[in-house]
Amino acid sequence: MSGFLVFLLVLAIGLAAFFIGRARALGADTGGQKPHSRAHYHGWWAFLLATGPALALLILWSIGANSYLHSQIAERVAAQSSENLGTTVGLVRSLAAGLNHLDDPAHPPATMEALNAILADKGVTLATNTQDYMIPLALEANATKSRLGWIGGIATFILSVLGGLYGLSQIAVRARARHKVERVMLGSLFAASTLAIVTTIGIVLSMLFQTITFFEQVSPTSFFFGTVWDPRFAAAGSGGSEGQFGLIPLLAGTLYIAFVALLVAVPVGLMSAVYMSEYASRPVRSVVKPALELLAGIPTIVYGIFALVTLGPWLRDLSAALTGGGSPFIQAQSIFTAGLVMGVMLIPVVSSLSDDIINAVPQAMRDGSLGLGATRSETIRKVILPAALPGIVGAVLLTASRAIGETMIVVLAAGVAANLTANPFEAMTTITVKIVNQLTGDLEFNSPQTLVAFALGITLFFVTLAMNIFALAIVRKYREQYE
Amino acid sequence: MTGITAGSLPVAARPPRRDIGIKKRYAAEARFKLYGIAAITFGLAFLAIMLVTIVGKGYTAFWQTNVTLPVTFDAAIIDPQDKRASDPTVLVKANYDKLAQQALIAKLGIDPKDKQTVAKLKGFLSDSARVQLRNVVADDPSVIGKTVDVSLLASANIDSVFKGQVDLTVPEARRKVKDQQIEWMKSLAADGALAEKFNTGLFTFGASSRPETSGIGVALVGSLYMMAIVLVLALLIGVAASIYLEEFAAKNRLTDLIEVNINNLAAVPSIVFGLLGLAVFINFLGMPRSASIVGGITLSLMTLPTIIIATRAALAAVPPSIRSAALGLGASKMQMVFHHVLPLAMPGILTGTIIGLARALGETAPLLLIGMVAFVADYPTTPFDPSTALPVQIYMWANEAERAFVERMSGAIIILLIFLMAMNITAIILRRRFERRW
Repeated sequence: MSGFLVFLLVLAIGLAAFFIGRARALGADTGGQKPHSRAHYHGWWAFLLATGPALALLILWSIGANSYLHSQIAERVAAQSSENLGTTVGLVRSLAAGLNHLDDPAHPPATMEALNAILADKGVTLATNTQDYMIPLALEANATKSRLGWIGGIATFILSVLGGLYGLSQIAVRARARHKVERVMLGSLFAASTLAIVTTIGIVLSMLFQTITFFEQVSPTSFFFGTVWDPRFAAAGSGGSEGQFGLIPLLAGTLYIAFVALLVAVPVGLMSAVYMSEYASRPVRSVVKPALELLAGIPTIVYGIFALVTLGPWLRDLSAALTGGGSPFIQAQSIFTAGLVMGVMLIPVVSSLSDDIINAVPQAMRDGSLGLGATRSETIRKVILPAALPGIVGAVLLTASRAIGETMIVVLAAGVAANLTANPFEAMTTITVKIVNQLTGDLEFNSPQTLVAFALGITLFFVTLAMNIFALAIVRKYREQYE
Repeated sequence: MTGITAGSLPVAARPPRRDIGIKKRYAAEARFKLYGIAAITFGLAFLAIMLVTIVGKGYTAFWQTNVTLPVTFDAAIIDPQDKRASDPTVLVKANYDKLAQQALIAKLGIDPKDKQTVAKLKGFLSDSARVQLRNVVADDPSVIGKTVDVSLLASANIDSVFKGQVDLTVPEARRKVKDQQIEWMKSLAADGALAEKFNTGLFTFGASSRPETSGIGVALVGSLYMMAIVLVLALLIGVAASIYLEEFAAKNRLTDLIEVNINNLAAVPSIVFGLLGLAVFINFLGMPRSASIVGGITLSLMTLPTIIIATRAALAAVPPSIRSAALGLGASKMQMVFHHVLPLAMPGILTGTIIGLARALGETAPLLLIGMVAFVADYPTTPFDPSTALPVQIYMWANEAERAFVERMSGAIIILLIFLMAMNITAIILRRRFERRW
C-alpha cells in the first residue's frame, strides 16, 4: 500500500471521528450542566487522536522500511559485485522503480536488453550500467517493499481507528477538550518557530560533514592558502585527489567584485536616499521612490543577462573604439561589468537602509543646524551624516554581505577563469560561481571536485554571517542612541 | 546732555561687508543637490535602459513565422503498403518530411526533378513540420488522401530573416540563409502564405534544441508547482511561527535564539539554501533530483524569514485593545488570536507573502544546485517529476549560442517580469485596500 493512500485513509478516519465527536458532544449537552468546551473542540480532539499517532507511526515506519530495504539490497549486492556499493544500490533501486511501470511487474524479461526495450516504450530510461544480475534483486526488493508497505499500512490503520475510538470515548459534558486541543495547537506553533533553528543547524551540519570529508582528501592549508584553483574533472569513479583547490583566487575575485559594486552602490544609494528625504518634493518622491524600488524587485538573473548580452559586449566594443580600433582593453566578461551591474542592483538596498538611518536622526539636530545658518547641504554633510555614520557603516556591511553572496550576476558576467589580477577590466571568478560550476552536471558525491563546493559554501556562510552579525550589532547600538 | 540730536552724532562709515563666502556656499549647495539628482538619474536611467533593451530584444518572440501550405496527405507516401488498419505504428513512422517538402515544391512551383534547387529547400521549414503533420493525421486519419491547408512553422533562421534581424549585406557564403531561400520567402510572403502569427508555442513547448519549438511551458508548470508548495509551506509555517513569537513566546533565551536565527537566515545567501537542499533533501533523504518538490521546499525555507518578519509586523500592528476586549469577553488566548487578531492582520500577512513569493519566483541560484538545470521536454505530471523553472529556463537559454534563443530568452524575461509586476501590484492594492490605521 502506498504511503500517500494510507495518509488519505487516516485523514478520512480523522474527519469521520471529528463529525461523530461533534455530533456526540452536541447530543451529550442536554441542557443540564453547562458544557466545558464547545462541541467542535470534542470533534477536533477525536480528530487529533485519530490522525496524530497514526501519522507519526507512518512516517517512522516509512523511514525504517526504507533503510531496512537499503541494507537488504546492499547485503545482496555485496555478495555479487565488488563495485561501488552506494552506486550499485542506487541502480538496483531505480531498476525496481522502473519495473513497477511494466504491465506485469512480477515477471520481467531476464536480460536488460529485452527489459530496456519494453521500458523505453513506457517512457522509462534506466542508467546504462544497470546489469542483468540486478533484475532478480530488484524483484526481491519490490516484494519486500510491498510486504513492508502492507504491514505498515495496516498497523497505521488500526492505530488510527483505536485513537479515534479512544477520543470519542472521552466525550463528556465537563470534559476539558478545549484545553487539550489548544495545548496541541500551542505545541505546533512552537514547533513551527523552532524551524528557524533547525534550518540553521541543517545548513551548518550538512555543509560541515561534506567539508570534513573534503578535508580528509585535501589538506585545509592547501585549501585556505592555495593560490591555484585547478580542480580538474570529477571523472566518475576516479576519486583521485589530483587537482588544486586554492581558495585565494576565488576569495580575491569575490572581494574585488564586491568592492567595485560597493563603489557604485554606496555613493549612488546614499545620495539618492539623502535627496529623497531632504530635498525631493512630495510628488517627486511618490513617483521616484517606487521606481527605484523596482530595481530591487527585478530578479538577479535579469541583471546577469543584461550584463552578459548587452552591457559586456557594449563595453568591449567601446574600449576597442577608444583605442582607435585596436584590441579592446575591457573584456566582455570582467570585474568591472559584473561589479557595475551588481552595484546597480544594490542601490535600492543601500538607499532603503540609509533612508531609515537618516530618518532616525532627531529633527532637533537638523533644526539646530539650520537655525545657526547652515545651508541644507552643510547640515547634511556636517551634522546628519556624521550622526548617522555608524548606521551607514552597518548598512554598507549588510550590503557587502549581499554582494559577496550574490550568484547569478557573477555566474553570467564575471567569467569562470580563476585569475589573480589587479586589472578591473579582466575576468575573475568568485566563490559562488565555483559552487555552481562544481555542482551542475553529473555528480560523484565523494570526489573532492564536488565536495569542495561545500567547503566553499561553508566559508561563504561564515563570512556573510560574521558580517551580518557585526552589521546588525552596529545598527542596533546606533539606533538605541536616540531612543 | 539733552541738546544732542541724532543728527549731530558722528556717523561711522559702514564697514565693508565681510566675505563669509555665501556665494561659494550656495554653489556648494547647488552642487550637492545636483549630485543627488545625478544619483537618482543614474539609477533610473540604468533601469530604463535595461528594460528597453530587454523588451526590444524580446517582444518579437511573441510572434513566429508560419507558412500555410496546401498539404496533400498522399496515402502512397504515408502508408505505401496500406497496412495502417492492422499496424497503427505506420502512421507514427511515416515520412511526413516528404509530404511537407512536396507541398512546398508545389507551392513554389519548383521542378521536382531539379535536385539542386530542391536541396536548397532544406532548412526552410522547421524540423518540427514532421510532428505537426503527424498530429494532423493522428487527430483525424480520414484526412489521408485529401489536400488540406496546414500552417507549418518556418525554421528559426527564416524567422529571423523575415523579422529583419539578420544583416543581409553580409556575403551569402557567411550567412545561414541563402539568397534563393530569401527569394522564396519573399514570394510566399507576397502571396500571404508566409506570415507572422501569435506564438502560442512559446507558452506550450518544453525544452528543445531548435529555437522555434522551444518554449516555457514546462518551466511554467514547474514554477507553478513550486509556488504552490512555497505558498502552502511558507505561509502555514511562517504564520504559525510568527503567532508563537508575537503572542505566546516567553521572554527567554530560547526565544532570543529563535529570533537571532530568523534574522540571520534572512541574510544568508540564497545559494547556501541550494547547498542545504542538495545535501539534505537529495543526498540524505533521497528525494528525486530536478523535482519541483525539492525546489519548492528549498525555496520555502528561503522565503520563510521574509514571511515571518512581515507577519510579525502585521500582528504587532493590531492594537492591544482588540486583544483585551476579546479576553475580557471570556475568549481563551488561542481564540483571541485566531478569531480576532489573525483576521485583522491578514492583509498585512498576505502582502508580505506575495512579496516573498515574488522573490522566490525570480530566484535561480539554489535551483541550479538541486539539478533543475535539466533538459526537460515533457510536462511534469506531479511535483515529483523532473521539471525546470522559469528563471532557470532563462539561464539555460542564456548559455545557447544561437541568436534565436536570445530572442526567446528575452521574451521569457518579459513574461517573468510581467508575473512579478502583477504580484507586486496585487500586494500594493491589497495594502491600500485593506490597510487600517488604528
